[in-house]
Amino acid sequence: MGDDIIVEVKDLKVHFETKKSLATDLFHKDKKPLKAVDGVSFQIRKGEILSLVGESGSGKTTTGKAILQLVKPTGGQVFFHGEEIKSRDKYYMKGFRQKAQMIFQDPYQSVNPRNVVLDIVAEPLDVNGLVKTEEERNERVKIALEQAGMIPAEEFYYRYPYELSGGQRQRVVIASSMIMEPDFIIADEPVSMLDASIRTGILRLMMDLRDRKQLAYLFITHDLSLAWLISDRIAIMYLGKIMEIGEADEIIHRGVHPYTKALTEIMPTPGVNNRGKKRNVLPGETPNPTERINGCKFFSRCYRAQEICKNENPDLCEVSPNHFVACHFAREL
Amino acid sequence: MALLEVKHLKTYFDTLKGQYKAVDDVNFDLEYGEALGLVGESGCGKTTCALSIARLLPKEGKIYGGKILLEGTDMVQLSDDQIREKRWKDVSIVFQGAMNALNPVMKVGDQIAEAIMLHEKIKKEDALRRTERLFELVEMPADRIRNYPHEFSGGMKQRAMIAMALACNPKIIIGDEPTTALDVMVQAQILNLLEKLRRELNMGLILITHDLSILGETCDKIAVMYAGKIVEIGMVEDIFERTAHPYTKRLISCFPNISKDKVIPAGIEGIPQNMLEPQPGCSFYPRCHLATDLCKTEVPTSIEVGKKHFSACHRASEVLNGR
Ligand SMILES: Nc1ncnc2c1ncn2[C@@H]1O[C@H](COP(=O)(O)OP(=O)(O)OP(=O)(O)O)[C@@H](O)[C@H]1O
Ligand SMILES: Nc1ncnc2c1ncn2[C@@H]1O[C@H](COP(=O)(O)OP(=O)(O)OP(=O)(O)O)[C@@H](O)[C@H]1O
Ligand SMILES: [Mg+2]
Ligand SMILES: [Mg+2]
Repeated sequence: MGDDIIVEVKDLKVHFETKKSLATDLFHKDKKPLKAVDGVSFQIRKGEILSLVGESGSGKTTTGKAILQLVKPTGGQVFFHGEEIKSRDKYYMKGFRQKAQMIFQDPYQSVNPRNVVLDIVAEPLDVNGLVKTEEERNERVKIALEQAGMIPAEEFYYRYPYELSGGQRQRVVIASSMIMEPDFIIADEPVSMLDASIRTGILRLMMDLRDRKQLAYLFITHDLSLAWLISDRIAIMYLGKIMEIGEADEIIHRGVHPYTKALTEIMPTPGVNNRGKKRNVLPGETPNPTERINGCKFFSRCYRAQEICKNENPDLCEVSPNHFVACHFAREL
Repeated sequence: MALLEVKHLKTYFDTLKGQYKAVDDVNFDLEYGEALGLVGESGCGKTTCALSIARLLPKEGKIYGGKILLEGTDMVQLSDDQIREKRWKDVSIVFQGAMNALNPVMKVGDQIAEAIMLHEKIKKEDALRRTERLFELVEMPADRIRNYPHEFSGGMKQRAMIAMALACNPKIIIGDEPTTALDVMVQAQILNLLEKLRRELNMGLILITHDLSILGETCDKIAVMYAGKIVEIGMVEDIFERTAHPYTKRLISCFPNISKDKVIPAGIEGIPQNMLEPQPGCSFYPRCHLATDLCKTEVPTSIEVGKKHFSACHRASEVLNGR
């Protein structure tokens, strides 16, 4: 059982240094850390999709980047196939970067507009010097493009990104990340720039690859209903911390944390169920991420908050099998 | 008399490549206090519709036909001077990412007061006082008018833009993706606010979005647009529960619904037609699973399939009956 865990993150922290202003920087030297990721733990199994959901600035992208060591974690550990990532071992990292890939939100920015599709998709091969002949290169590109639903692949080889639709561009990005045959993919809002009508094609593609190749995914999104649709489990993030994590249906239908509940309550659904109902919005605004919070990060907006929440940060506790909640009142809610 | 009646509106863009029929024979109306959702894929002509109604089209865009009757007056016939006179007082628009349009080095209140003074001959002092009242209307403390934009969160900036849009008591407010760049919680706040405003001020609200899922709870009516045309329009219940156009049906299925079964939707294969070279027949024909030979050759006219419920599909009644 244990050995089908592809990725494990333990107490991951990423704190950025911020300069409050030139004056405080010069005279006081007390730089306030921005705790973008502040003690995040989870596991992802082979063939599993875990969604990381949270508002803008909650630390989703930073978590993804820190797993791949694209930003340096301030603390915590990341294990890949049971082995801690050796971020200082160049040879190890080269192999790791092939097996763990990240797809970014904006297909317009993540591809070089001056390259044709063939070169964009083959880039990881070229960078790693993995193919010797032109035929081999073309063959690998062809397979990758076909896997990504770009058929017939040859028809797209010499097209520039601007000659592709948004959905096709994102498929090219996926093809390019598939060509190294990774077993873990971090997809950072891969469909949020796309129209709903083409979105589903990309989602199907991701699910299909998961089914066929038993890929593990960390799917980053701010869209809770999308997370529910495609993932096995959902983690709800707020200000750098996971507030609740569990099976997708459990989180959506039987969420426990007051933040999760606030989110599911205002979740728009395509229908007339919530017609005329006033949306129950949270009071106040999300605190500044540089603000020092000793207790629960959600304290300032929580209807249930007590003295203890102000002073003590709640740990994740298991409320039902595989369902964890970080709230002092998790068992009473 | 309806607050707004749009009849056979045709707005085309003349470009070097040819003429884009961005809005091609659009019809709808809006009552006082009513909210209409305008939904459709990127490029289908939603913004162009809004810009036509507010007479804010860029110079390559021109209204080639139709009427825009606002309380009976045809906006299309007005001269530029008359338009300038009416703009803001009749129709105002809040754009997507409008909040980024605020001048960073000027106090928010001053910016709104200046905008008011541009449209009405009043003293700065009075304009500022009006701005304070507008801030209260959009549920922000009046003293925040003295803040600079960077002191506001994204949601507060968007509220300020809504306050600005309300400055001259418009009869119609158009939100063009007013919440698209915002977090869900902030989006919910802004939608609550827009709903409150249209009820309290009896304004017409046109909410433009590609996100169908927010319209069910916000609007009275929905117009579904495809390739420059409204293919289906009706009350929210009709659109969701008595859907009469295949495009609407497919579009609804593209949005996950947590109260239903978990199925990855089929999506909509293909791409919208090239508006430079419109094909004969129904514009949705190449992507439609119900298409027949008739659809290939003849543009379907909009037919009434229920009370105030119209669908432009040759097979509308079959779709309505569950195909
Ligand atoms: N390189 C950096 N230096 C300083 N601060 C950063 C850096 N990268 C991210 N941050 C900050 O860390 C926090 C988390 O950012 P992150 O991009 O991970 O959020 P996110 O959840 O992905 O948000 P979004 O939904 O907007 O993409 C934010 O407050 C952001 O401003
Ligand atoms: N200034 C312009 N010149 C030429 N064509 C234009 C211009 N503005 C818009 N168009 C074209 O008109 C059509 C409709 O554009 P419009 O902006 O109204 O779409 P939309 O439905 O608002 O899309 P989105 O959801 O992407 O905002 C598109 O095909 C677009 O390319
Ligand atoms: Mg991000
Ligand atoms: Mg638009």
